[in-house]
Amino acid sequence: MLQRIALGIGAPWPIAAFAQTASTGPAVATRPIPSTGEALPVIGLGTWITFNVGNDRAARDGCADVMKAFFEAGGRTIDSSPMYGSSQPVVGHGLARLGPAAKMLFAADKVWTSSAARGPSQIEESRRHWNVPRFDLLQVHNLLGWEDQLPLLLSMKQAGRLRYVGITTSEGRRHREIEDVMRRHPLDFVQVTYNLLDREVEQRILPLARERAIAVIANRPFREGALLRGLQSHRLPAWAAEIDCVNWAQVALKFIVSHPALTCAIPATSSVAHVRENMAAATGRMPDAALRQRMAAHVEAL
Amino acid sequence: MTEWWTYRLSDFLMFSARTYRRLFELYNAEVWPLPALVCIGAALWIGIAWRRRRVSAQPSQVALVALTVAWLWVAWAFHLERYATIHTAAPWFAGAFVLEALLLAAVAWVGLHRRTSPASGGRLGLGFGLLVLAIVGYPWLGVLLGRPLSQAEVFGIAPDPTAVGTLGVLLLTASGCRSAARRRAVVMAWPIPLLWCGISGATLWTMDAPEAPLLPALAVIAAAVAIGTRPSNAAS
Repeated sequence: MLQRIALGIGAPWPIAAFAQTASTGPAVATRPIPSTGEALPVIGLGTWITFNVGNDRAARDGCADVMKAFFEAGGRTIDSSPMYGSSQPVVGHGLARLGPAAKMLFAADKVWTSSAARGPSQIEESRRHWNVPRFDLLQVHNLLGWEDQLPLLLSMKQAGRLRYVGITTSEGRRHREIEDVMRRHPLDFVQVTYNLLDREVEQRILPLARERAIAVIANRPFREGALLRGLQSHRLPAWAAEIDCVNWAQVALKFIVSHPALTCAIPATSSVAHVRENMAAATGRMPDAALRQRMAAHVEAL
Repeated sequence: MTEWWTYRLSDFLMFSARTYRRLFELYNAEVWPLPALVCIGAALWIGIAWRRRRVSAQPSQVALVALTVAWLWVAWAFHLERYATIHTAAPWFAGAFVLEALLLAAVAWVGLHRRTSPASGGRLGLGFGLLVLAIVGYPWLGVLLGRPLSQAEVFGIAPDPTAVGTLGVLLLTASGCRSAARRRAVVMAWPIPLLWCGISGATLWTMDAPEAPLLPALAVIAAAVAIGTRPSNAAS
């Protein structure tokens, strides 16, 4: 029933290969980006709400501490957006404080404007906020103006100013359109909402991502915390120990990242303890298909 | 926005409750001792206004000028300088607050040199009640709910008590209107504070703040009393 986290060791899905993602960090499960084979840790770091702390210096330093713990635990992918208020400059503050400790960063951001003319300047503003030479991944946020922004991102990739191109949606919106874009355009990534309760993408988008060799990022893995708040009063089932989970957050994350089409999940947190717990979900045993079904059924029944 | 019907109110919340509360804490510290001075000054004004309520309209004029300054201050110091760092709509809020300041200034201007009759009945009670709540009660509301006094929301400094106090002043002001021009100006000054009570109440509700229903409830009560009681039509 259990799935080994080791490349090719009897794993029915290409779940992960051990990878040393930070010089001092533990081995964490990774998944290859289908278009290049580059390995990404299966747990990333989101910044929606949690990193929007404005000019609060103490809170900014707290976010930098979260990033430090994330990289120390072997994390790489940090995801933000110009829609997230001060999150981008807060990420930039953290990167500046961490210096070489953040060298494994996989910088994922978005373009979020309906104006074709605004796209390039917005991307440049975002890059300056992060203070990175270039983004690894840029995604068209919630498909806003994708007819104009997607060609822009593809041209940036062609020119070597961007490594990967993607699109995003959340909470099940515009799935038909997402599918259409996935079929007709050379995407590297698609970002969708996927968690123990929101599983609509299992029907069409995740199979299509596998078919089209598109990496998948799962957003809102905890339904912005509501899922965990609902689960915290319930005892952890016995099967949680079989997949090395000690809390509901790890159960929720292992459910997501063990889907064969998933590349990584991006839980957001402002707590160092929580980011460590989240990153621990990228280690140890993973559920197989049968256990995943039990997990979903169990949580649905609660 | 596509598929707008799939959005919940909470989808528009961009920050955590902790970040929102810290915003007030840092704001109060940065402008200190202004919050304390405004509290003391406003409380003294309430006392004076209460004593003069039957003989003069001057406290109302003073209040309107002070409110004009307060709405301008909140637009700049709170919405533009601070709230905008965590809320993309804050510049729009600032614009609305500037507009309200102009409307209050207009109410004060058209009321100059016109004698007004004193407020009475429900308008008087609720008007002063809202002022007392905004000036004296609001800073302690958070403390009652377990938050530190350093995060207090102060009338004239923070938007919520400023809106509540303004509703109180508008109730008192409208009761004394004998000028059609002033009545029109007063009517135009009502929507923005009412709207803000709705917006802020919704924001607090998405943050699961226990005081979330307070602002919308006060707005509904103030509007109901304003509509339900006729201003004096005695000749000036």
